[in-house]
Amino acid sequence: MTAHSEASAHSFDAKSLKANRSSSRNLFNIVMTGLAGLCILLALIPLVLVLFYVFANGFNRLDLDLFTQLPPPPGGTGGGIANAIGGTVIVVAISTIISVPIGVLCAIWLSEFGGDDTSIDEYVRFGVNILAGVPSIIAGVFIYGIMVRPGRPGYSALAGGVALAVLMLPTIIRTADEALKIVPQEIRWAALGVGASKYQTVLKVVLPAAIPAILTGVTLAIARAAGETAPLIFTALFSPFRFNGITQPIATLAVLVYNFATLPFKAQQELAWAASLILVLMVLLTSIIARFATRQKTY
Amino acid sequence: MTADTPSPPPSDRQRTPFEKGLDRFFEGTTLTFALFILLLLIAIGLLILVDAWPAIKEFGLGFLWTSSWNPVAGRESYGVLPMVYGTLVSSAIALLIAVPLGLGTALFLSENFIPLKIRTVLVFMVELLAAIPSVVYGLWGIFVLIPALKWFLGLFGIPFTGPSMLAASLVLAIMILPIITAISRDSLAALPPELRQGSYGLGATRWGTIFRVLIPAAISGIVGGVMLALGRAMGETMAVTMLIGNSNTISLSLLAPSNTISSLLANQFAEAKGIQVAALMYAAFVLVILTLIVNILADWIVRKLQAKY
Repeated sequence: MTAHSEASAHSFDAKSLKANRSSSRNLFNIVMTGLAGLCILLALIPLVLVLFYVFANGFNRLDLDLFTQLPPPPGGTGGGIANAIGGTVIVVAISTIISVPIGVLCAIWLSEFGGDDTSIDEYVRFGVNILAGVPSIIAGVFIYGIMVRPGRPGYSALAGGVALAVLMLPTIIRTADEALKIVPQEIRWAALGVGASKYQTVLKVVLPAAIPAILTGVTLAIARAAGETAPLIFTALFSPFRFNGITQPIATLAVLVYNFATLPFKAQQELAWAASLILVLMVLLTSIIARFATRQKTY
Repeated sequence: MTADTPSPPPSDRQRTPFEKGLDRFFEGTTLTFALFILLLLIAIGLLILVDAWPAIKEFGLGFLWTSSWNPVAGRESYGVLPMVYGTLVSSAIALLIAVPLGLGTALFLSENFIPLKIRTVLVFMVELLAAIPSVVYGLWGIFVLIPALKWFLGLFGIPFTGPSMLAASLVLAIMILPIITAISRDSLAALPPELRQGSYGLGATRWGTIFRVLIPAAISGIVGGVMLALGRAMGETMAVTMLIGNSNTISLSLLAPSNTISSLLANQFAEAKGIQVAALMYAAFVLVILTLIVNILADWIVRKLQAKY
């Protein structure tokens, strides 16, 4: 009696143990996997297309003239973008000089002292998040209002650099904060334990340990800033001439692409593609280098 | 015995007042720069508000639902409705395209469909998509995307002039996709492995696990990422300016040129004078408020929906 009931309890449908490839849940799985694969394919097609066209259209103008000559007059041929290359270097240098010290000091407070006063810490972190979300053109509008609008000094390389600095700040604060946080807590305790004061601990022990990671972040921020156009079009403006002082309007690669893209002249359009290629190469190279640099962590 | 050479007694030197002061000075300096960030934010808001004040006094809230923008002296009238419409619609279309694609990409890259090495390369490529300058997308859009769209729509006999809401929205979708992918992938990867193991242990399939366990658990990060992408889309300037046609009219057709607030600013600031500067500042203020709302909402959603493990 008992044996019989036990046997019947075990006589379940043995087919349910076999994998059934055509069951609806398995079909659903296969379809969804295919759809997800399609998503990434569709996401990467634009990247391939953009890179292909930038290389294809920009490469044949990547000659010596490009780096030494000025853009030709409308309707002219050849020429180069020497002024814009130099201008981008100058404007980005100005923004780096302004934003790196401010950003790193802010990050030091956030990671080393912020824990002591959590309410200010929260406000500052919230502020950094909001600043990161401020549209790039608003940084331009802000600096226009301070340094450019009628009655103020006017369009200048300096104004462009300051506008870019506003944009670079949140990136630098975040990467520096991350870099400082990776430094193990034991190193701080050790430094304080052998009698170092707070500033000695931070400046001579913690910061040097975090420098490689901070540099990586700064390099990436610089590469991104070089491609920023919106904050420059009405602060640094543009100039068909070579650099003549940081209080004068200045040509930059990004604004050159914007200005020349819509001109009906072939020489200018070619220069726009060549300038795009330089910007893309810079971003590509820094991203790849940063990827390899962050691969080996010191700790 | 080794006690013949006694170690020097521990120093009981106190820090001098100067050294203590130096310490406090250093901490104070870093705090000043931390507070500078907050000051900068307030300054951005205040300066734009102050510079916009003449226009705010002149046009009032009617600025928001007036749809003519005429800077010609003598017949000036300023209204920002078409640009607000363009900003919202172009961002909405971009999200409509980028959210499913971005989420699908994030899932594909966070699950083990393909070997880790290939995945790492793909993650890097998606990141690159975000690193390409906006102006390069604009140039590409003018010379590659618009002719391609013209050819494609021509197959169906649909006339297409070129710069339009459609072209701008497509490029916007490409630009915000990596943001959605990166943040969704991060929040999926941050989930504790026990969740997945538990779900598989109960007999759920891979996609059953993804839809019923992983996505609900990571929803705060995913929605936060989508909101950040929306904020980025609304503020994106260069690619949109080069592709949207900059026409200050409201047209329901996606194939017609349109305008956004940021494109309006990019186009007109360099030549603006007098009350036009104030009107542009007013438009910039509207954009700041719009993106601020979206970004604060994103911050709040991430905190509110965050599941605790």
